[in-house]
Amino acid sequence: MSLITPDFGLIFWMVVIFGVVFFILAKFGFPVITKAVQKRTDHIANSLKAAEMARQSVQEAQLERDRMLEQTRIEQGKIIQDTSRAREAMIAEARQKAQSEAADILRGAREEIAAEKESALREIRSEVSALSVAVAEKIVRKEIETTPEQLALLDRLADEAASAPLN
Amino acid sequence: MLLTAVLLLLPVRSLAAPEEAPAQDAPAIDMNEYIFGHINDAYEWHITTIRGKEISIPLPCIIIDGGLHVFSSSRLEHGKVWEDWRIASKGESHEGKIVRVSDGTRPFDLSITKNVCGLLIDSIILVVLILLCSRWYRKHDYLKEPPRGIAALMEPVIMTIENDVIKEAVGPDYKRFSPFLLTAFFFILINNLMGIVPVFPGGANITGNIAVTFVLALFTFLMVNLFGNKHYWKDILWPDVPIFLKAIPIMPAIEILGMFTKPFSLMVRLFANMLAGHIMLLSAVALVFLTAKMGPLLNGSLSFVAVVLGVFLDCLEILVAFIQAYVFTMLSSVFIGLAHQRPENETH
Repeated sequence: MSLITPDFGLIFWMVVIFGVVFFILAKFGFPVITKAVQKRTDHIANSLKAAEMARQSVQEAQLERDRMLEQTRIEQGKIIQDTSRAREAMIAEARQKAQSEAADILRGAREEIAAEKESALREIRSEVSALSVAVAEKIVRKEIETTPEQLALLDRLADEAASAPLN
Repeated sequence: MLLTAVLLLLPVRSLAAPEEAPAQDAPAIDMNEYIFGHINDAYEWHITTIRGKEISIPLPCIIIDGGLHVFSSSRLEHGKVWEDWRIASKGESHEGKIVRVSDGTRPFDLSITKNVCGLLIDSIILVVLILLCSRWYRKHDYLKEPPRGIAALMEPVIMTIENDVIKEAVGPDYKRFSPFLLTAFFFILINNLMGIVPVFPGGANITGNIAVTFVLALFTFLMVNLFGNKHYWKDILWPDVPIFLKAIPIMPAIEILGMFTKPFSLMVRLFANMLAGHIMLLSAVALVFLTAKMGPLLNGSLSFVAVVLGVFLDCLEILVAFIQAYVFTMLSSVFIGLAHQRPENETH
């Protein structure tokens, strides 16, 4: 029966046709396609990996930024604290210095006043004594020849003046 | 679905027929001739018969019989004789084939028959399809744009076969064999599908022809045995079995037989499945013609059944076309994979 006996002519042509189709497709067809798809698959895998890495590095950078911000904040606080402490110290020091200087000035002034007073007193005293001498001279010249009582008084006055303390 | 469209038109014609039928007294349909006329190879491509006039495409006959002779098949139609050749009629030993008039033997016949012509057409379609697809990858930056058009159509199928069938079954060496296996898959698939199309250029029963499946199985046989590794041959000629099974070479004999039964099963499976599918479809359609004389009511109702059955069988055949291509590729991959196995534990 011809149904199950392969015909030679058909076998021949089938070998030729399938061989040619196989050759063409194996050379220019399937390898091009499968290689391209393989390359694209690799490319996608690599891109996914790169994206994951990028995401990670962004996350790391964010963490680093947060950390630096926190550090800066701490430093800022510390600087502000230091500054206020320094300011207070400076103010306290200045105040102390001013106080001591004021005290010095006051003492100097007091001393000067005392010295001035003394020298003024001394001057007044010498003036007074000079005046007294002059007054006494005038009185003496006028009345000296009159009575012995007057002379005695004059002596006593002169003694008193001489023995009187300076102030 | 062209067949369905044809089927839908048929009942109308047969309903109208009875008025003129008694005068003509149409001859009863010879089912054998009808079915085998469709599934057998032929020297011309018969398309249809309209009012007793046959419409067919004559194909070149190539005979090598003391020199090369090329002539149109129309010279041999209806039992005509050309030079020393004629087509053997029914009941002769080479029925339907070109034989010598003198002694009834076959000359060396390389005619472009219906199946060869179908093979050529289907192969051109296949090559154009695949080359257009690979051209897309050459012309486009496939890393940047998604596949479009023909590439989008073919790529999923190619990659499914490559990754799920070939890579799984053949193993690490699969890249060497994937062009052959992919070619076999698409070759069978396109011929199966074209076989379902009822009109030219489809309809030739190509993959349901034993010569075609024989060559496909032969290629698989060569792929398996030409590239088999040392371990494969050792397993065949000196397998790891008790010595008395090898001394009288029982096991080697079985293994060598196995070398041939594997591709033989591939050949018969594809051939029988596709042939059976064609016969089933033709039988469903024949229901319309067989009941033509039984009156309009019976003919009409059975024609409706035939149409429904035909649609169902067409859908089934599309599924079978894919399954058979898939099974052939998968088993070929498995056989190639078996010839490339590395022993898990080398015992010596």
